[in-house]
Amino acid sequence: MTTGAAGGRRVVITGIGVTAPGGPGVKNFWQLLTDGRTATRSISFFDPAPFRSQVAAEVDFDAELLGLSPQEIRRMDRAAQFAVVTAREAVEDSGLETGELDPYRVGVTIGSAVGATTGLDQEYRTVSDGGRLELVDHAYAVPHLYDYLVPSSFAAEVAWAVGAEGPGTVVSTGCTSGLDAVGHAAELIREGSADVMIAGAADAPISPITVACFDAIKATTPRNDDPEHASRPFDASRNGFVLGEGSAVFVLEELDAARRRGAHVYAEIAGYATRSNAFHMTGLRPDGREMAEAIRVALDEARMNPGDLDYINAHGSGTKQNDRHETAAFKRSLGEHARRTPVSSIKSMVGHSLGAIGSIEIAASALAMEHGVVPPTANLHRPDPECDLDYVPLTAREHRTDAVLSVGSGFGGFQSAIVLARPERSAR
Amino acid sequence: MPATTFTAEDLRRILREGAGADDGVDLDGDILDAEFEALGYESLALLETGGRIEREFDITLDDDTLTDARTPRALIEAVNARLSASAA
Amino acid sequence: MRGKAVVTGLGVAAPNGLGVEEYWRATLGGRTGIGRITRFDPTNYPARLAGEIEGFVAEDHLPGRLLPQTDRMTRIALVGADWAFADAGIAPGDLPEFDMGVITASSSGGFEFGQNELRALWSKGGQYVSAYQSFAWFYAVNSGQISIRNGMRGPSGVVVSDQAGGLDALAQARRQIRKGTSLVMTGAIDASLCPWGWVAQLAGGRLSTSDDPEHAYLPFDARARGHVPGEGGALLVLEDGEHAERRGARVHGEFAGYGSTFDPRPGSGRPPGLRKAIELALADAGLEPDGIDVVFADAAAVPELDRVEAEALAGVFGPRGVPVTAPKTMTGRLYSGAAPLDLAAAFLALRDQVIPPTVHTDPDASYDLDLVGPEPRPAALGTALVLARGHGGFNSAAVVRTATG
Repeated sequence: MTTGAAGGRRVVITGIGVTAPGGPGVKNFWQLLTDGRTATRSISFFDPAPFRSQVAAEVDFDAELLGLSPQEIRRMDRAAQFAVVTAREAVEDSGLETGELDPYRVGVTIGSAVGATTGLDQEYRTVSDGGRLELVDHAYAVPHLYDYLVPSSFAAEVAWAVGAEGPGTVVSTGCTSGLDAVGHAAELIREGSADVMIAGAADAPISPITVACFDAIKATTPRNDDPEHASRPFDASRNGFVLGEGSAVFVLEELDAARRRGAHVYAEIAGYATRSNAFHMTGLRPDGREMAEAIRVALDEARMNPGDLDYINAHGSGTKQNDRHETAAFKRSLGEHARRTPVSSIKSMVGHSLGAIGSIEIAASALAMEHGVVPPTANLHRPDPECDLDYVPLTAREHRTDAVLSVGSGFGGFQSAIVLARPERSAR
Repeated sequence: MPATTFTAEDLRRILREGAGADDGVDLDGDILDAEFEALGYESLALLETGGRIEREFDITLDDDTLTDARTPRALIEAVNARLSASAA
Repeated sequence: MRGKAVVTGLGVAAPNGLGVEEYWRATLGGRTGIGRITRFDPTNYPARLAGEIEGFVAEDHLPGRLLPQTDRMTRIALVGADWAFADAGIAPGDLPEFDMGVITASSSGGFEFGQNELRALWSKGGQYVSAYQSFAWFYAVNSGQISIRNGMRGPSGVVVSDQAGGLDALAQARRQIRKGTSLVMTGAIDASLCPWGWVAQLAGGRLSTSDDPEHAYLPFDARARGHVPGEGGALLVLEDGEHAERRGARVHGEFAGYGSTFDPRPGSGRPPGLRKAIELALADAGLEPDGIDVVFADAAAVPELDRVEAEALAGVFGPRGVPVTAPKTMTGRLYSGAAPLDLAAAFLALRDQVIPPTVHTDPDASYDLDLVGPEPRPAALGTALVLARGHGGFNSAAVVRTATG
């Protein structure tokens, strides 16, 4: 028999939108990943010369071309713009007529690690007159500065864009935000608080303050002379992550309702869990035990065994400590199956967009199931001896994929795991 | 000749300002050969400390300097080596 | 107590009182914490009043190593969590590490810390930005730091829905308890009382420009002219009811019902969502409107928003159908910290069978509210409804009740 997460209501993805480096839209995104191309480059948004790390994965984003009105563009931070454009793509993809739903049964959950950081950075520079004024001057503030201050404005913008009037929030758990936002939204549908959730994440952190703060802890790569090959997860030569930006948003629905309306179902959100390492705000314990626990609980909720997984979408940020931590967590939670299951990091191609990446990686996972193709880990030529799994180096791989584990690890100690699977699978 | 040297007092002051002091540790005591970890300073605290030293003394420390220098004495020596090199 | 989420610990930091009992004494005594800003010189800003926490000395409570890496609101949150544990009569070491989570709300993160680093960046250069900036300002910092300090490795999270987030955090904590976690530290401590935060709040257009602490924040008053912001909030130990019973814990009350909605997009012609949120919370608690003994209002003090709240209350409870109070008139609005503080006040009201006052306001009769006045009102209380709304259209409602209820 087929069964869902712990019985009861089951949650599926019926629409996907992606705004990622390499070109907006799901199509461009998937093409980039399956080609194994990288979208990392020298920072073009500002002069990166004063900074240690000068590479990033930037989105070529024409808000007007992508349908935002002049008012929307004026009042929204770049990340909020990403979220709205991407949510519209997801809703259109789902074929859902949101106008026909009870708006109170449609909710919004948007993940973001750093909110409107780019807008805040620019506006601070203005109101402080280039940092000269301690008592910054309100006369120079833009009218929508409050929406930068409190990034719940992202969820509000998406709710307006899709006509949702149910539960709405922004989830901000650092670099697991995008994964936790989807997990949170799935829980709301499962418990009956909503029937449809517009869930995803957006971050647009490529601004001087973010670049400087990661410089200060040497978390980002200084490989400035070779930007296309700067993000090297699991490679012995990796030396930090490449900052990225973007968004992915999903339409999540209750399975039976999706089936009744004949919706295309990409995947079920079969299991989700998050744990904290309670260890360090930026550091990771080498043994990966908290991530392993999150993986174990997520699989348990999905009623699946490690051997049921066909693909693991890794956090794979390309820092020394992360990739070892994560490899240890896979071995600890999946045993021998860690070695048998292909693992890859799309951050090698689209960089690390902080809170957004968790959702972008869920999109990659769902598309892997959809197309039977596992995206590669680009730039992986010489694996770290301590990272000894099958990381699908360089080239995408045709591989029937019925169940995927995607994980995330974030500052603050958050460790999250989500399991996607075909709803018609047989569970243990 | 290098006009400046980096002293134990400089390090104590910068540690206090940038990373604070563990309640059980007397920074004014004999700390030169104690491991930073035993003094309560982990990698992040040393990165902040290193950044402050770089700014104040106008030098650039190699990425490895902070991870390799496990004690105050080793760090002080590394910084002074850097100072003489840039003065030369 | 099976399947229930109960509050067993309170940690309060409010502008009119640090600690549960000091806050409660001040609140029942009608003592306000609102005054002219002292943290920076507000002279040249159009709004100059705030609810500042006085007498909080971080060094007295926290290790020296934590101070350079924490914003003021994180320091207060760490101490608030300590107080909540102490009030709950439980130490974090008493539970298995994966059986305790931390779920807080935030609105603007460690904004003052961020301000200082932005200033360093733009006045001196990128190399002057602190190694702690990468996390000290961000929204997840309080959950992360509380989990580290107390070794809490269970499900954790952070929600941001402006002022409504304080209730959304409690709801998320209850969700985790229902899924099997024994204890979650939840609630919020919030602050952005620094020049940069002030300018951003001014841009929101809802700050009162009065210089008179007694006439600045007047919800439901014909003279309402915006709110006074404050800092602080509350952290609450939310615990599985059976777990609390097994260990013989003193229970403040149950987090019994919750509902949340989002206002329709402007110009849609649809009604505001607050009433629906209240109805959802009542249904979730299994109560009819006459089962609610007191309402802790959101109390925006913006005429249009006061009208929406008054109409929602009249719609559900009937005109003057339930006592309504707003002790936040003594603290200012604490952003995501406001609703957790109101929850704490609600539990204390249930304990002492007294409704805390609403000060300074002379309610406009047209709102048709039974607004509790400047004196506390003794009443038989078994339940309370707490409302919180966030900028942009967030509406959340929560029902609490006595543990025996």
